[in-house]
Amino acid sequence: MTHENWAGFVGGAWQDAIDVRDFIQKNYKEYKGDHSFLAGPTQRTRHLMGKLEKLFALEREYGGVLDIDTVTVSSLVSYAPGYIDKDNELIVGMQTNRPLKRGVNPFGGIRMARSACEAYGYKLSDKVEEEFKFRTTHNDGVFRAYTEEMRKARKSHVITGLPDGYGRGRIIGDYRRVALYGVDRLIAAKKADKAAVGAGNINMEQVRLSEELFQQITFLNLMKEMAKMYGYDISGPAKDTREAIQWTYFAYLAAIKEQNGAAMSLGRVSTFFDIYIERDIAAGTLTEEGAQELIDDFVMKLRIARHLRTPEYNELFGGDPMWITEAVGGMGEDGRTLVTKSSFRILNTLYTLGSSPEPNLTILWSKALPEGFKKYCAKVSVDTDSIQYENDDLMRPLYGDDYAIACCVSAMKVGKQMQFFGARCNLAKLLLITLNGGFDADSDIAIGPEMPVMDDEILDYDKVMARFDTYLEWLCNLYVNTMNVIHYMHDKYAYEKTQMALHDTDVHRFMAFGVAGMSVIADSLSAIKYAKVRPIRNEAGYIVDFKTEGEFPKYGNDDDRVDLIARDMAHRVITELRKTPTYRDAEHTLSVLTITSNVSYGKNTGATPDGRPAKAAFAPGANPMHNREENGALASLNSVAKISYDDCRDGISNTFSITPQALGRDYDERVNNLTAILDGYFAKSAHHINVNVLNRETLIKAYEDPTAYPNLTIRVSGYAVNFHKLSREQQKEVISRTFHESI
Amino acid sequence: MTGRISSFQSLGTLDGPGVRFVAFLQGCDLACGCCHNPETRGLTGGQEFTPAELLERVKRFKEYFGDTGGLTLSGGEPLLQPEFVAEVFALCKNEGINTCLDTAGVPLTESVRAALEVTDRVLLDIKYTNDEDYIKYAGCSISRPLEFLEYLKEREIPVTLRQVIIPTLNDSRENVLRLAAIRDEHKNVDKIELLPFKKLCATKYEALGIKFPFGHLPTPTAETMAELSALL
Repeated sequence: MTHENWAGFVGGAWQDAIDVRDFIQKNYKEYKGDHSFLAGPTQRTRHLMGKLEKLFALEREYGGVLDIDTVTVSSLVSYAPGYIDKDNELIVGMQTNRPLKRGVNPFGGIRMARSACEAYGYKLSDKVEEEFKFRTTHNDGVFRAYTEEMRKARKSHVITGLPDGYGRGRIIGDYRRVALYGVDRLIAAKKADKAAVGAGNINMEQVRLSEELFQQITFLNLMKEMAKMYGYDISGPAKDTREAIQWTYFAYLAAIKEQNGAAMSLGRVSTFFDIYIERDIAAGTLTEEGAQELIDDFVMKLRIARHLRTPEYNELFGGDPMWITEAVGGMGEDGRTLVTKSSFRILNTLYTLGSSPEPNLTILWSKALPEGFKKYCAKVSVDTDSIQYENDDLMRPLYGDDYAIACCVSAMKVGKQMQFFGARCNLAKLLLITLNGGFDADSDIAIGPEMPVMDDEILDYDKVMARFDTYLEWLCNLYVNTMNVIHYMHDKYAYEKTQMALHDTDVHRFMAFGVAGMSVIADSLSAIKYAKVRPIRNEAGYIVDFKTEGEFPKYGNDDDRVDLIARDMAHRVITELRKTPTYRDAEHTLSVLTITSNVSYGKNTGATPDGRPAKAAFAPGANPMHNREENGALASLNSVAKISYDDCRDGISNTFSITPQALGRDYDERVNNLTAILDGYFAKSAHHINVNVLNRETLIKAYEDPTAYPNLTIRVSGYAVNFHKLSREQQKEVISRTFHESI
Repeated sequence: MTGRISSFQSLGTLDGPGVRFVAFLQGCDLACGCCHNPETRGLTGGQEFTPAELLERVKRFKEYFGDTGGLTLSGGEPLLQPEFVAEVFALCKNEGINTCLDTAGVPLTESVRAALEVTDRVLLDIKYTNDEDYIKYAGCSISRPLEFLEYLKEREIPVTLRQVIIPTLNDSRENVLRLAAIRDEHKNVDKIELLPFKKLCATKYEALGIKFPFGHLPTPTAETMAELSALL
């Protein structure tokens, strides 16, 4: 098959089947130089960005939400076209009819939509209330099927953050398909798949798939209609760079109009765009300045994407994130780097448009990346604190060279794999429930197998672990079952029609579980093992505090005695999870990632044997507990690197803050040293790192006077935020984290 | 054989080139008023390590060293344990780990010379540039570091000269120019680092219950540091 808009491309398998990777491999041009070719922002870009900055300031003034359309239910074609400045925009399309105006999306749950409106002084319209009166939402479905025990697990916070009242997200459509093939070709392919489903015996699975394909096709047609409202016909392939970006953006836009998933990631588009840019530059129809301008315009659109959330949601996912994660760089399976000039261009938006948490730029780091690119990434980190790094050498053997990252750390092959997001369970609390024999003293809820409270005067490690295994087995079974209910209902009532239309029909599914409190449980078990931990009981006889005497090794110091407890814990959890079958035969995966929920998890968890007081925040993700590192930054990194990616295929998040002074004496030294640190950390088979190069004092000043630092961007846990968008509690926790300093 | 080590810094970026693992050795025979590691002074504190044990620890960080980083032995005065230094550095050389020694210069005994044979770079702390101040504020004659430097020149060992700039004592142009003159006389000196006197260590003195001799002196301004550095 061929098309006039493909003129100049090297042909291949991609022409006859939907295969974006093959197109990229046949056509991209690797770039091994430095960043000196980059262009700055044009006058037009500055003008447009100026308008956005005013809108952002206004949004801040309005308490974080500028406006809500309470009457229209968000969908692909439910709003009139919106613009920032119609005549000056190169890439168009908006979620609602005005920038930063948020739509309501009650498909996940009407209650969430209602209370989110109320939280910002609005009222969900009677029209929407009426429409959803006789409609089952995902949330309704889940609560019809939840067992009593599932409700208790939720209430006690031993499992929380579950996507049972909002869109699960974490699904990355292959938005590039729309640009490369046009929508008609995608519809034709889906129709063929649908016809094939009906060819054999029809069972329940196939009925469901057939209906899903029907919905996918419907929404591909709606996507065309949406583009038409903006004056574009996207039925065929994009003919140049601008169209390629515009078509891709339309596809993404359709997804975020349809779904309000927690993480709505972008995928891996920059090297794909680069192929069009190279073709246009060679044809003399595009300049470097023009190429940057198009990327800038696209990124501006991403920066104004918003979803309407409740305050409770913001506690778990602070800072109003969208996780528009874009994976940049990496190596190809054939040994060529996938770094192109556009990998630089997308990072350059942090200079042309200023630093920003979105899109969530994620560097796929390999030892073999070109030196010029490594240095540029390190420079961007030193300058902006806006990007994160993940280990391509670890992921490429598992996912090939066309995978992307959903949310923070969840890898999947673009368009071929998806995941059922499952938040996390609280390991620290599970330990306390273990000691109390199936009683959660924080919530006064009896949960799990009933046993006597452990009556030892000093806790015995082997006895604790033996009992812990019982409780872990119980929790993991409950956790999988709960997820099965949630995702059955999400598929039934809030299926991702647009995004799944941009996946192969025969998709591989992951079920992504998570743990919180990793460092707390590792240190607590270390304390029980190496020091004397004396439980303190309340009047009712439950253990509510501990007196810990003596020294014990602490996670974060490259000390195997405790680091291997953490490693082993991850292994135990995934092993237990795998024992319970999943909905749609999804592959069990595990993450050590908390987003900002480490604060709220901590708040709901009593004192722990490591000396952490009741209610105190956990460290985020796989981080060591704040200020327990005694041997400097690299020892801390080594500890985290010991948690095995084989056990935690959904990612291991580490957030690292270092002062500029500790990173080197001058700018060049800092860039070089950071490059060496990243090379070293990933050579240790670590998975992920957020890098912040800043002084604690800056954060304290921003805490005290938020308006003085409107654009202060920091990495928190697999994503970046505007510091001012965090709650006061979350800000305080970030300030209290370890800053690696020079002495 | 064992060495006494006061503490470790797994990410050292200020004590030698690149990313370095720094071990602070216990013990020092000087009495500098600006000392920022007072806990390393006594000869008996710290924890004992064999050279092999230390090497095992260093090797855990090898991946981070890149082309320029490695191990730095600092202190205290590491050359008060010259046999230990020699052995650790020899082991490092075997592993292809770059070695760097942060010293104030000591008398050149046989074992000190042996340690220097396996040292890739010396960070030589020249406290003052005149004998009077040296004796008064550091407790030894300036000839000690200068003779040490002479030997390093003879052995062609690369040297970074370092000096802590302390207001009222050595923050003059003349002092820095004299330091530059020392550099010019030694072709193995390829760098001078002027370090601002800091008082973050005051809490350490408090904890140890000893007086911070220069605690009353001000820290130099960024402007002073820039002006003095410009002379180099």
